Amino acid sequence: MDFTTQLLIAAISAGTPLLLATLGGILNERAGIIQLGAEGLMLMGAVTTCIVYIRTENLLLALLAAMAITAVLGIVHSFLCVTLRANQTMSGLAMTLFGSGLSAYLGKSISGIPLPGTSPKLDLGWVKSIPVVGDIFGRMDDLTWFSLLLVLALHLLIHHTSWGLHLRAVGDSPATADVMGIRVQLIRYSYVTAGTVLIGLAGADMVLSYAPTWNEGLTAGRGWIAVGLVIFARWNPLRALFCAYLFGALDSLGFRMQLLGSTIPPYFLKMIPYVVTILVLMYLGYRNRNKPSGTPESLGTPFIREQRF
Amino acid sequence: MKRRGQAVTFSFALMFLLAVVLAGCGSNNNSGNNTSSTKAPAAANAGTTTEAAATTEPAAKKPTVAFVYIGPPGDGGYTYQHDQGRQYMEKELGIKADTVENVPESADAERIITELAQSHDIVFTTSFGYMDYTLNVANKFPNVKFMHASGYKTAANMGTYFGKNYQGSYLAGIAAGKMTKKNHLGYVGAFPISEVIYNLNAFTLGAQSVNPDIKVDVVWTNTWYDPATERQAAISLLDKGADVLLAYQDSPATLQAAAERGAFAGGNDSDMGKYAPDSYLTNPVWNWGPYYVKAVQSVMDGTWKNEQYSGDLADGMIDIAPFGSKVPDDVKKLVEDAKAKIISGELDVFTGPITDNQGKVQVQEGQKLTLEEVLSMNWLAKGIEGTIPK
Repeated sequence: MDFTTQLLIAAISAGTPLLLATLGGILNERAGIIQLGAEGLMLMGAVTTCIVYIRTENLLLALLAAMAITAVLGIVHSFLCVTLRANQTMSGLAMTLFGSGLSAYLGKSISGIPLPGTSPKLDLGWVKSIPVVGDIFGRMDDLTWFSLLLVLALHLLIHHTSWGLHLRAVGDSPATADVMGIRVQLIRYSYVTAGTVLIGLAGADMVLSYAPTWNEGLTAGRGWIAVGLVIFARWNPLRALFCAYLFGALDSLGFRMQLLGSTIPPYFLKMIPYVVTILVLMYLGYRNRNKPSGTPESLGTPFIREQRF
Repeated sequence: MKRRGQAVTFSFALMFLLAVVLAGCGSNNNSGNNTSSTKAPAAANAGTTTEAAATTEPAAKKPTVAFVYIGPPGDGGYTYQHDQGRQYMEKELGIKADTVENVPESADAERIITELAQSHDIVFTTSFGYMDYTLNVANKFPNVKFMHASGYKTAANMGTYFGKNYQGSYLAGIAAGKMTKKNHLGYVGAFPISEVIYNLNAFTLGAQSVNPDIKVDVVWTNTWYDPATERQAAISLLDKGADVLLAYQDSPATLQAAAERGAFAGGNDSDMGKYAPDSYLTNPVWNWGPYYVKAVQSVMDGTWKNEQYSGDLADGMIDIAPFGSKVPDDVKKLVEDAKAKIISGELDVFTGPITDNQGKVQVQEGQKLTLEEVLSMNWLAKGIEGTIPK
């Protein structure tokens, strides 16, 4: 395997939880609700997966439980932000604090206990023997396949269906959408909840494919990176795929440069993903300076029927 | 609108309160119990004479003991081993100790150590970063005994303790040197500090003692527990061709990455075999229990000294974890023989000649490094490909 293939494999491995969480964030924010709770939601998804998987030894049940718990948190977040019209930044931060604390508390009894299994892998049979393609696809686990299908599904949903049109209308101009007979509240509730479920799955993926055990705070800031990637990807699922894998590749590149005998201190190598992100953002901002930024227009603004802004 | 605004504020206040309370539960639930549980042993002592008290010194009042942990006891690594040691000490001496977990190595630590010093006779601070805070508090509470792990500063009422875990790394190196098929090992270094450096060197020397052609690649993650980062580090090493890895972090991420690619790996601090028995090598483990018993006992007996205690294979503070299921018997025997030699004093890990990877002789032939020289090590042995970041 050459260097590029190895890097791509590492990038997919590092990028998958980021991709899932970023897609979740995109769904939230496309509906006009800011999502800053990703870190807490990922931790809740991870701890629920561990607890249920260890108790029942049933992976599907564990994933369903993680989805259910994060759905409940998503409904709480929607209730605060949509029904009560609370400050979305505050609600998101509360979600992060709440999730970090609660997951640490719930995880005490199972912390350090190994999971009964790891993320299952699709057996591709003969495909694995194809040189480069087989190396890459042969190493992908089920959640990675799921995340790829999701990218495609969300792209089609957002840009090529009338549901996606409704979603974008609600995120851009809820008042207009309301006049057109779109149920703004219902759409916001649904997409926020769907988004938090995906973020919960991102947490589940971290315990299933990185280290098969629970320890508090194991996401180590990945949720915050996903929050940034949502903006970096400009709320677009296809770009989210690119951004998450780019970030994963840069994450891995630091270690590869250490191994190539680079004399750059690892502290600087660790900064590469962030520096590149800033540079790319600056470049894209400059190139698209005369185009719409892609930000859902009413992101962060609660919708109150018949109120003028 | 006004009323709705109030409702929002109120619901937020509630949400935040809940978040804060639960976050508190998660990280510091033991500190909240301090007052109740410190009184409990005294009361139990007065009422019934427990077995341990009867055998040691019936008249002596049992000291109250507290531990300050850097992580949660469930980290499955460093703090977990300290907590096992605490439980062993509690059982042996019939003392109930208090613990505070997740204490950051910042000014917060000084506040927590001060609070503990007010209600305890002995305080163990179990991480390097607590050194100066422990010293500050020790100067304020001359009647309380402080024991700080892995540091080098002492006071009249403050001692230090740690162990020569590099002996364990050397033994793990012997196993790795025998298990590798490509003569290529990988080391996932945590932080480029001397503690990690002397373990990396010992691992390399151990491997070279059975297989002189060994080369060791090293990467630094600057983490103690971050599975996503450590996995990437491990994959990079495997991609470069290493087929046996050792990690100095507490997470089993390196072991899982190695297991996926059919390589061997070990972790650090505690037995990690349960995460992937078929791909597990072994690794150094801590066993703090006997030391904690001895230290608390010496305070009870009045024989406590502010010494700098250093445990090793011989007194059992250091050991290696049980081998993974695929490690053959001849490798096990080789490691056991070396272990016996280290215990008897026949073998010393850092015995010359040792050359560093720049070609400079660091230990002359026939010489041995003193403990002080080991603890301040800042060079990488020959055969290690990598640098110490400055």
